[in-house]
Amino acid sequence: MKFGILVFPGSNCDRDVATVTSGILQQPTRLIWHTDTDISDCDVIVVPGGFSYGDYLRCGAIARFAPVMRSLQEHVAKGKYAIGICNGFQILTESGLLQGALVRNRDLHFICDRVPLRVERNDLSFTQKYQKQQIITLPIAHGEGCYFADAETLKELEDNNQIVFRYCDAIGNVTDSANPNGSLSNIAGICNKQGNAIGMMPHPERAAEGILGGTDGKALFEGLLEGLLVNA
Amino acid sequence: MKYQASIFVTLRPSVLDPAGTAVQSALRQLDYHVDSVRIGKYVEIVLDAANDAEATLKLNETCDKLLANPVIENYRFELNSITQESKL
Repeated sequence: MKFGILVFPGSNCDRDVATVTSGILQQPTRLIWHTDTDISDCDVIVVPGGFSYGDYLRCGAIARFAPVMRSLQEHVAKGKYAIGICNGFQILTESGLLQGALVRNRDLHFICDRVPLRVERNDLSFTQKYQKQQIITLPIAHGEGCYFADAETLKELEDNNQIVFRYCDAIGNVTDSANPNGSLSNIAGICNKQGNAIGMMPHPERAAEGILGGTDGKALFEGLLEGLLVNA
Repeated sequence: MKYQASIFVTLRPSVLDPAGTAVQSALRQLDYHVDSVRIGKYVEIVLDAANDAEATLKLNETCDKLLANPVIENYRFELNSITQESKL
């Protein structure tokens, strides 16, 4: 049950994630520099938020060619877990591990807020500690979090049940006014077809202890832990 | 041969361009009424290649792999060989 957290130049949520996995959940955790290639000891790889390579060219575009990313492709192909949060989600879409892309927010603002999300499926290790359609509140902090995919890809995501979180209002309605950044179909998080890699713009690691104002994100990491135990 | 490439990366028509929309509204305030504004990227690359075909191939690869994201962007480029004269 070992967590590995990738660190690129410009990552800034790596230690926040370590605080949750190592500090709160007491799991072995190591930070992995982007030039490392041996990540075979890790069960879960977290691609954290931040501004890898200064968001130059496109968010995540340069990070995806870091040496560690080839190892991450193999890690995911083996069926091991990977989660990309915020900039990590952007890196996973750029690398093709997840479909679609994240583009500039509809209203141009960098948004730093707490928003309600609806859990669309709870049959993933990541979401098994939530109820289906449960409304949770997580922080978001991004300028380029507007999820985009072509119509064909969106249909594929819907057909394969790959949409994991959607932005919603306080009572769970998925509406345009509850969509903070213009994301297609209010998508806040998706997974790959196999369900072992997910990406999300909201920050579960920033909502994992009461002192930070919310604990709705903790269950995501806890669920992952149970998934691992079951498979171990 | 040395080549200079001028690469234009543009958002696919189906992708919203909020920055372009903001610029259009700023132009409107200046009383310039234009039909649309789309903002893209311009990249200049200088490279060595044996001939035009090889340069084109290399540039297509760099665009496909890194400079443009096919999910949201299109690209095109203009290629010019840099002659000795023009360097001076």
